[in-house]
Amino acid sequence: MTPASDESALALAEAVRGGERTARSAVDAALEAIAGRDPELHAFLHVAADEARASADLVDETVRTGMDPGPLAGVPIALKDNLCTRGIPTTCASRILEGWRPPYDATVVRRLRDAGAVVVGKTNLDEFAMGSSTENSCAGPTHHPLDPSRVPGGSSGGSAAAVAAALVPLGLGSDTGGSVRQPAALCGVVGMKPTYGVVSRYGLVAFASSLDQIGPFARSVADAALLLEVIAGHDPMDSTSLDRPAPKAGRSLEAGVDGLRVGVCDELVDDTAPDVCRRVREAAEDLAKAGALVEEVSVPEIRLGLSAYYLIAPAEASSNLARYDGVRYGLRVDAPDVSAMNTATRTAGFGPEVKRRIMLGTYALSAGYYDAYYGKAQRVRTLLIRAFDRVYEHLDVLLGATAPTTAFAIGERVADPLTMYMSDVCTIPSNLSGHPAMSVPFGVGDDGLPVGVQVLAPALCEERMFQVAAALERAAAARAGATDKEGAR
Amino acid sequence: MSDPPSLGRDDVAHVARLARLSLSEEELDMFTDQLARVIDHARDVSSLDVGGVPPTAHPLPVRNVLRSDDPCPGLDRGEVLAAAPDVEDGRFKVPRIVGEAP
Repeated sequence: MTPASDESALALAEAVRGGERTARSAVDAALEAIAGRDPELHAFLHVAADEARASADLVDETVRTGMDPGPLAGVPIALKDNLCTRGIPTTCASRILEGWRPPYDATVVRRLRDAGAVVVGKTNLDEFAMGSSTENSCAGPTHHPLDPSRVPGGSSGGSAAAVAAALVPLGLGSDTGGSVRQPAALCGVVGMKPTYGVVSRYGLVAFASSLDQIGPFARSVADAALLLEVIAGHDPMDSTSLDRPAPKAGRSLEAGVDGLRVGVCDELVDDTAPDVCRRVREAAEDLAKAGALVEEVSVPEIRLGLSAYYLIAPAEASSNLARYDGVRYGLRVDAPDVSAMNTATRTAGFGPEVKRRIMLGTYALSAGYYDAYYGKAQRVRTLLIRAFDRVYEHLDVLLGATAPTTAFAIGERVADPLTMYMSDVCTIPSNLSGHPAMSVPFGVGDDGLPVGVQVLAPALCEERMFQVAAALERAAAARAGATDKEGAR
Repeated sequence: MSDPPSLGRDDVAHVARLARLSLSEEELDMFTDQLARVIDHARDVSSLDVGGVPPTAHPLPVRNVLRSDDPCPGLDRGEVLAAAPDVEDGRFKVPRIVGEAP
């Protein structure tokens, strides 16, 4: 099966802006690739072919009239199906929202359209973004592009798989505890979570409001930077949106890492599989060779992250998901009175993982337990932020694994929620602290499947983080080139 | 402060009721087992003495967020109601509320 194009989003947009290619041809190629490959992958829940072709024609018309079609002109993009798209189904992979067509676009969707990007479809996810494998979808799992018996990671597994399989150059996901970075690592693409408040959450269906951020997927660091620059920036429709300019993520990609202080974080390496751990060590060596000052550092508070997260995120989810009551949108299961209708609707509409989180959150917030669970988890969050602040006094970035293992088998962890939750152990700390973090592909594990190395940075230091990520990307390419030469001899 | 007790079957039944979820006996057993293990894991947090540490509700607090008070169109009523399971006279329609079973 031939992919739509391995072409970068940057090159494609440039060609469309210059009139050398039409947006329509790029979108038709993406739709063809999806039609060919997606029956096997199941990355998409909905393909918006007619809308995509119409949007592409508008971009081409803009080019013909000599106007600026925007920095993402004609670039096909896949959106996680928890981002509201006006008139296009938005289901969150939940029966409770089946068939819902939002009456408005999320701010990120509006910004993408203004930049000339073309939405080709909505991608699969764990129901309401709750999961780490895309198996908790009412429509069934997405398969890993390199091995259909494995998961693509999650919860944004559909977008990660679509970008990894080159069905589209770009995708968007949401990252509450690692839901962009972890599937990016497992699928071998770049994925990043911005500083909390850098990207507007307006129109992102809420899971855990103090942790959720929308983030890009791309096959290169430069493409991810371009996408972040388009979607970031202040939005009056989200009161937690930061009133400051979008980060210049792509400005320092060629700057190198000479003199930068990098800490390899024990807690993000020690408990990972040996093959994953090896790749992180190699990445650190390569940064040192490129002039970075690399040292080992310990942030013991990170070990409390998993527990704190699985109290805070379910607590916020239990509150956010109270809105699904069968009154204003989505599913209604009829019953003689309103309370019975609420219960029947929610019981039929939510899958088991969503029910687990709602009950866990309700418990953590309930009278008698609030102080011991939710209250303490919030205080642990403060401890973690202080610990990061302390190491960032003498370090520019931290380095670690993105996920403890490479892609695992479909079905392997579904029966045991706690083991599944462990998949997020390396990514959760950045959501609790609100700091930016990103995953860069760095070689493969013993099973030949991709490994991601994670770069963490202080709040609002996206530019520096992308600078290090670009250096890692070059180092990974150099290693792959060396291996190819050895193989050829 | 002593450790809070582990989570039992009655706790799960109680929170399910609060969250408007109805569980079968088998589900109640399964969820009790699974949720108890998560709560037990959370003892590393619930057993900590963090009395002097202030809680963080939002990682980067922003204060006094106001947007300019300019009138702008809201969502189209027809479009919003079109998504509702049941409507009547331009309003959401629900089953009986008054006199419902307690």
